[in-house]
Amino acid sequence: MKVFVCVKRVPGTTARIKIAPDGKSVDETGVEFVLNPYDEFAVEEGLRLCEKAGGEVTVMSYGTEAVAKELRNCLAMGAHAAIHVPVAPGAPGAGGLRDPLATARVLAAAIQSAAGGPPDLVLFGRQAIDDDSAQVGLMVATLLALPAAPDVTKLVLGPAAVTVEREVEGAIETYELPLPCVVTAHKGLNEPRLPNMKGIMAAKKKTITTVAAAAVAAADQQVESLELPPERKGGRIVGEGAAAVPELLRLLRQEANAL
Amino acid sequence: MPCIIALCEQSDGTPKKVAGEVASECLRQGRAAGLPVVALTIGPGAAAAAAHLAKFGIEEAAAIEGESVASYSGEAFAAALAAAIRQKDAALVVVGATSFARDLLGRLGALLSSSPATDCIALSGGSGSFKAKRPVYAGKAILSVALTGRPALASLRPNVFAATKVAGKSTRVETIAPAAPPAKCGRLVHRVAAGGGKVELSEAEVVVSGGRGLKTPENFRKLVEPLAAALGAAVGASRAVVDAGWRPHSEQVGQTGRTVAPKLYIACGISGAIQHLAGMRTARTIVAINKDKEAPIFKVADYGIVGDVDEVLPILTEQAKALKGAR
Repeated sequence: MKVFVCVKRVPGTTARIKIAPDGKSVDETGVEFVLNPYDEFAVEEGLRLCEKAGGEVTVMSYGTEAVAKELRNCLAMGAHAAIHVPVAPGAPGAGGLRDPLATARVLAAAIQSAAGGPPDLVLFGRQAIDDDSAQVGLMVATLLALPAAPDVTKLVLGPAAVTVEREVEGAIETYELPLPCVVTAHKGLNEPRLPNMKGIMAAKKKTITTVAAAAVAAADQQVESLELPPERKGGRIVGEGAAAVPELLRLLRQEANAL
Repeated sequence: MPCIIALCEQSDGTPKKVAGEVASECLRQGRAAGLPVVALTIGPGAAAAAAHLAKFGIEEAAAIEGESVASYSGEAFAAALAAAIRQKDAALVVVGATSFARDLLGRLGALLSSSPATDCIALSGGSGSFKAKRPVYAGKAILSVALTGRPALASLRPNVFAATKVAGKSTRVETIAPAAPPAKCGRLVHRVAAGGGKVELSEAEVVVSGGRGLKTPENFRKLVEPLAAALGAAVGASRAVVDAGWRPHSEQVGQTGRTVAPKLYIACGISGAIQHLAGMRTARTIVAINKDKEAPIFKVADYGIVGDVDEVLPILTEQAKALKGAR
C-alpha cells in the first residue's frame, strides 16, 4: 500500500491576522504557523492504514522552505518519506493564498511523476484553514482521473476499494471508491497522534526530497485585495440575569427585527 | 450564446433552499452583464425541480436526467455538468456553497480549466469579467479576487444572498441526457438521514449555540435544545464541548467546524474564542448570554445578558414560546 498525503503550512487557529503593506497578503510577523489541522487527520489515517495493511506514507507539500518544519513533524509522527515542492519566497501565493487550480496542477504532476510509481491512495485535509478554498483535493483527483470523496469521517480499506462515510446536510452518506482514489479528511476521522521522542529522533535521519514544481498554466484567479472584515460595533449589555429577558426579546423584535 | 448558469441543487424534484438564492443572484448578475440566465439541475427529479424555479423568475432551465445520474456519483455528476456547461457556453456558473458544491465544484474547475471562488459573500461583474469577495482565514480576512477563467466559477455562502420571489413567470425546461461518466467512478451506496429532521445548521435563520458554560451535556440538552425548538432554530456548539464529546462535530461552529450566517445567533455560555468568532461573526444579529461580563463574546454581540445560563435560558425559552405562540 502506497499512500501519499498532501499537506500545507498555515497560520494556527489562534493567529491574529494582520494585512501586509501590499494589501494582498498576510503580515507573517509574529504569526505561529502549524501543520493544517485537517491535514493531521489525513496523515494519521495514512499511518493507521499502513500499520494495518503494510506500506509506506509519503507526505508532500507545495510551499516555501519554511514548510520543512511541518514535513519534519509528519515524519516524526511516522511518515516514511517527505517531498517538498518549493515555492520561491515572494512568488505569487508564497503566503498561502494560492490559485487552487494552479496548485492542483503542480501537485498532480508531482504525484504522477513520483519515484516508485503513483500511489494507491492520496489523502488531503478537507481544506486548508488559510484560504479555506476546499478545492485542491478534488481537483487533483479529477486531473489524475481518479475517483474521490471529500469531507470523510470514516474510512475502511477493502481489497480493491475503500468505503468512506461523509457527513452532508441532514444525512450521512456512504461511498465506495475503487482504488486508486483520493479522499479528503474531516474532523472525526481519527485522533491524530503526537510525535514521541523515538519518532522525533527517527525523523532527524529521514531526508526531505526536493522536487521542482512543474510548469503549469497561469493562474486565473487574481488576488485584488485582502482586507480585515468590518468590525462589529461593541455590544450592549441589556441587563443582568433573567430579569433582562423581556427587554432582550423587545429589542430583538422591535430594534433588530430578528424574531 | 453566452449565458450565466445558476446550478441549482435539488433533491427528488424539490430545489434546495440555497437554490433560490443562487437563482436570484444569477438574475441580478445577468441583468448587470446583459446575459441570459439558465438554471441547471441534475439527477432524479431535475426537470420537476427546475420548473419550481419559476417562482424566482427563472425562465430557461436545463435538466440533466438519465441513467448515469440516476444515483449520485461525484465523478458522473461532474462529467455531465461540465459537458452541459460547455455546451451552453457559460460565462459564469454559480452554485450554493453546500456539500453538493464541496463535492462538485473542484471537479468542475479541473474539467473546465477554471479556478472556482468558494463560499463567496459578494459577486460583481457587469462587463463580463467577474469579481468575488470571499472570507479567508475562517473569516478573519476578506479576499477579493478577479475571476479571469471562462467560465468563472463561484459558490455562494448560504443565507448571504437574498432569494427574491418573482410572480407570473414560467420556466421552459429542456431535458438533456448526461455525458458519459469517466471509466472509474465512486458510487453512493448508502444514505442515512441524520439529525432527525432538525433544522440544518448552515441554512438555519436562527442558531442557538452552547458552550462550556452549560457545565454538563445534560444541561446542554435541557437548556439549549428547548430554546432552539421554541425559536425553530438549529443547534450549534463550541469546539470545547464538541471536543469533550458532549455534542457531535456536525454542530461545531467555528474555524474547524461550520461557518454560519444566520439572521440571529444566540451564544449561550460561550466565551468567544477567536476560532469560534470566526465561524459566526457574519450573523446579522448576535446575542450573548454569559456569566462573565468580560467574556470576548460580548465584544461582538449586539445584545448581551450577563447571567447564569441555568437561570436565563429557561425564562428566555418560556417567553420566546409565548411570543411565538401569540403571533
